[in-house]
Amino acid sequence: MAAIILSARGLTKHYDGIKAVEAVDFDLTTGQVHALIGPNGAGKTTFVSLLSGRIAPSAGTIRFDGIDITRLPAHSRVARGIAYTFQITSIYANLPVFDNVALAIQRKGSKRLQAETMAALSRVGLADRADQIAGTLAYGHQRLLEIAMGLSMRPRLLILDEPTQGLANSEIEAFNALIREVTPQTTVLLIEHNMDVVMDLADQITVLNFGEMLATGTPAEIRANPAVQTAYLGG
Amino acid sequence: MTRALALHIAVLVALFAAQYFLPPYHHTNIARIMVLAVFAMGYNIAFGYTGLLSLGHALFFAAGLYATGLGIELWGLSAGPALLLGLLAGVAIAAATGVLALRTGGVSFMIVTLMFAQAGYLTILYFGAYTRGDEGFVITRAARNLGGVDLSSDTPRYFAALILFGVGLLVNLALTRSNLGRSMIAMRENEERSRMLGYNPFRIKLTALVISGLYAGAAGAAYGVLFGYVGASFATIQYSILPLLYVLLGGAGTTLGPFLGALLMFYLIDISSGYTTAHLFVVGAALLVLVLFAPKGILGWVRDKGAKWLP
Repeated sequence: MAAIILSARGLTKHYDGIKAVEAVDFDLTTGQVHALIGPNGAGKTTFVSLLSGRIAPSAGTIRFDGIDITRLPAHSRVARGIAYTFQITSIYANLPVFDNVALAIQRKGSKRLQAETMAALSRVGLADRADQIAGTLAYGHQRLLEIAMGLSMRPRLLILDEPTQGLANSEIEAFNALIREVTPQTTVLLIEHNMDVVMDLADQITVLNFGEMLATGTPAEIRANPAVQTAYLGG
Repeated sequence: MTRALALHIAVLVALFAAQYFLPPYHHTNIARIMVLAVFAMGYNIAFGYTGLLSLGHALFFAAGLYATGLGIELWGLSAGPALLLGLLAGVAIAAATGVLALRTGGVSFMIVTLMFAQAGYLTILYFGAYTRGDEGFVITRAARNLGGVDLSSDTPRYFAALILFGVGLLVNLALTRSNLGRSMIAMRENEERSRMLGYNPFRIKLTALVISGLYAGAAGAAYGVLFGYVGASFATIQYSILPLLYVLLGGAGTTLGPFLGALLMFYLIDISSGYTTAHLFVVGAALLVLVLFAPKGILGWVRDKGAKWLP
């Protein structure tokens, strides 16, 4: 069996008695694309926010690369190689596109910041917009910029929260190609509503429902799972 | 050489040349404005670039002023070591304030820094036996001598102020172009995003505040030696508000804004107080106009109007 890069045990988050995430055990295999699906309000974003450290868990532990990171602040987790891209686009809207990506690259120390930043922008097709103020980009381009920032951190684990939301079909194609390109060097955890993208990319799928893990397995197993069909795929 | 660097050097050359034309009264004023502009540049590094709205910068200025002044008065230091002491005092007090105040943010940060500055002011009054409280003390002319140069006379004083200002300005310019400068601006623009790019917000804000304190401390120390007076009025809230006004007027987050703001505000007060005792009314009206028509300050407005390269 392949190595586990991240594992959560009994991961729980309650908000004033509301069980957003309830005792989830979860393993991520190194180098795979793992999709996280579930109905709206299933706790997907909360769950990955616990992994990335944006919010603190009520209970449970998270280990990354064999080390307990449950109590590490978000920025330290990023430094260890966990990158997170936001569901609601969170870029530096008042800064040029270039600076947005340069900020992601420079933290690790780069001697060729200019060249590396332009290369990262080329990868998502935004190189000719480097000087544009990021907030003035079209929505789809802002999503791509967000993804470029995530990739530019050269993370070991990239968490993408609904990356293809609002992208045109051609852009989704490009996104899929991009993800295939970065794996298996990078492990990808993907929250996604677009089932075509999920079936196209995912090696493993985990289904969350009401904050609990309903099922986990290969795309074929998930498709055949009667509980999942009832809860999510609509039978 | 880029346009931005050329502009900054042109400003410094103009200030150098100005001393040969200026009548004595304005000669002294410009020297004073350059020192106050260094204070405002420091304020701008925290507020304009990093987004830290402090109401306690008088504390850092006063730390520099008093460390230098008391160093000369009580311990008989010569001007050089006393200036260095003032600079270090600004850094140390800013670091100590930052470690505590940066546990908060936004309005709370404003209040906490204000409290620290008030505590500093009261401390100066409390130790009146040494500081001579409100009355303050004068640094003797003999002590205001750096390596044989008498800093109490006009020309050397102007030069000293210009050198301090020039170094401060060029360091500020370099900072805005460095990775650190970019990560400071990132903190102002979107702290949550920065955190998720792996930046430690506390560390970056503390760094910015310490650099800010270095500028304020240097300005305070220089003010004491160049103008020869150390008093508790420099530790009052007024001296926390002044750099904020300079920066808002000139343009927050611009390198030349603090100087421009200090220059205009200084003369606005100077000229209007010649006509009326209600000169603060004029200042208020000017700020109102600013907020209505150029909320980003003069250079912020210029930048928006097309001069995007303006750092």
